Amino acid sequence: MTPIKLLGRIGFALLMLAIIAFAVFPFYYAVVSSFRSGSELFQPALWPDHLDLRNYVQIFTQQAFGRNILNSLAVAAAVVAASLVLGVGAAYALGRVRFRGRGALLLTVLGVSMFPQVAVLSGLFELIRALGLYDTLPGLMLANMVLTLPFTVWVLTTFMRELPKELEEAAFVDGASPLKLIWRVFLPLLWPAMVPTGLLAFIVAWNEFLFAFTFALSADARTVPVAIALLSGGSSQELPWGPIMAASVVVTLPVIALVLVFQRKIVAGLLAGAVKG
Amino acid sequence: MTGRSLARTRVRAAWTFLAPTLIVLAAVAGWPLLRTVWFGFTDADLSDISRYRFIGLANYLEFDNGEWYGVLADAQWWGAVWRTLWFALVSVSLETVLGMVVALALNVRFPLRGVLRAAILIPWAIPTVVSAKMWGWMLNDQFGVINHLLMSLHLIAQPVAWTASPDLAMWAVIVVDVWKATPFMALLILAALQMLPADCYEAGRVDGIHPVRMFFQVTLPLIRPALVVAVIFRALDALRVFDLIYVLTSNSNSTMSMSVYARQQLVDFQEVGYGSAASTLLFLVIVMLTMSALVLTRFRVDGESRT
Repeated sequence: MTPIKLLGRIGFALLMLAIIAFAVFPFYYAVVSSFRSGSELFQPALWPDHLDLRNYVQIFTQQAFGRNILNSLAVAAAVVAASLVLGVGAAYALGRVRFRGRGALLLTVLGVSMFPQVAVLSGLFELIRALGLYDTLPGLMLANMVLTLPFTVWVLTTFMRELPKELEEAAFVDGASPLKLIWRVFLPLLWPAMVPTGLLAFIVAWNEFLFAFTFALSADARTVPVAIALLSGGSSQELPWGPIMAASVVVTLPVIALVLVFQRKIVAGLLAGAVKG
Repeated sequence: MTGRSLARTRVRAAWTFLAPTLIVLAAVAGWPLLRTVWFGFTDADLSDISRYRFIGLANYLEFDNGEWYGVLADAQWWGAVWRTLWFALVSVSLETVLGMVVALALNVRFPLRGVLRAAILIPWAIPTVVSAKMWGWMLNDQFGVINHLLMSLHLIAQPVAWTASPDLAMWAVIVVDVWKATPFMALLILAALQMLPADCYEAGRVDGIHPVRMFFQVTLPLIRPALVVAVIFRALDALRVFDLIYVLTSNSNSTMSMSVYARQQLVDFQEVGYGSAASTLLFLVIVMLTMSALVLTRFRVDGESRT
């Protein structure tokens, strides 16, 4: 190896290490900070010297963080389930059947996924008020559909389209109804696409802030992002950074675990939705 | 069953399966958008949204007693517009370049590849509100680790108020956005790279063409369509930025984006009419920018063939 090549290799390795450090450090530092409380917190430390769990105890006893987590879970689970059920039906129609207006419909769906949330805020507020769902979890679930349904339809349609054509022809000759066809033939084949799509929808709903911050502000209906954003301590001077970091770690760890376990599938799902789309 | 009636049954079934999705999308997206546009022409108020008057274009622009009123006459709105455009331009450019570096790295075999891929997924998975808080803590002026490190390295003499000072706060927002969104960009570019034919690289290597030249003359043109999609996706995200700015810089005027401005009018000031006018303008700005991007790049979105 020539010296120039060696230098290049070293430079490349250093660059990669720098990128990895940049990506991981903020979360690592949040974990370290979450184990420090009181005045300790105000002396920055790069290593956790001991495990002080007071911040974690505090968010579950002095704050209703357990409740917030349950709220977020309920909203995200309902939104994922509804998006997948509706999405599979729509994807069958858009991906397997030729009819007039299909291209326009796909474009509309794609267009909705590009809506700025603020643009539907006042209209949604009125709708949720009229349905009597203001400050409730169902209202929030409804609002979140605007974020998750379009890309669920889009990704599943792309995936459906790639499946071999002979699949439904045989079934149709046998006289199977479309519902049976979707249930028996397509659903088993769709799992590889539904897992990452559902996971992406879950992350979107779990992270959603603006709707939750506008439509469900009371302590009972508050979701995790709103709770973290509003977390404040006894004194109004300084934010309670210890509990905030503990709460951040609690809500982030499950998502990171899911993402790392499913990383190949998520990457594939993201790509199906965006690059081919 | 004849072929024709079979086709007709299938089309009817297709519409039946589409209907629920279309109804939900119409209810949560189409109708609210129309109502927002309508509210923009009224004096609706959040405390009682059912009582309002039609006031024409007064929310947008009105001349009264020798002075101009309305969103279009509000210097703060225009500040928010330019700031958002500038933010989108800077952060998406940085994310594209960095994302390209990460994608090119992930596309070759090297010992740290698995670690790198796992590591870049972490910022992407973290909720925006949480990342804003994490960075807010790291950038804290008194106790933040970044000031601490920079001071112990003698790069700065005094703690810097990263998120509070008007000159720096926007840069803090950009750093966090780049940190969070680069993984998305990198993954999209990586997918495009992996679909490239290997043989032209083989030919290039045999001919002794420099890798950098290969990159600009072969790779870049080939992945351009995918790059355009990724940039448009990210730009749309950046143009509607809300959570990050709202949580990181706590609703300050010096970092206000279009979305933050509209929400403040709508919710904090309860001015549904005025806020809806601002939301409508934001929507129009985004539609126009998307359209011109699509036209400029001659990009075809027809749902069938891909460019």
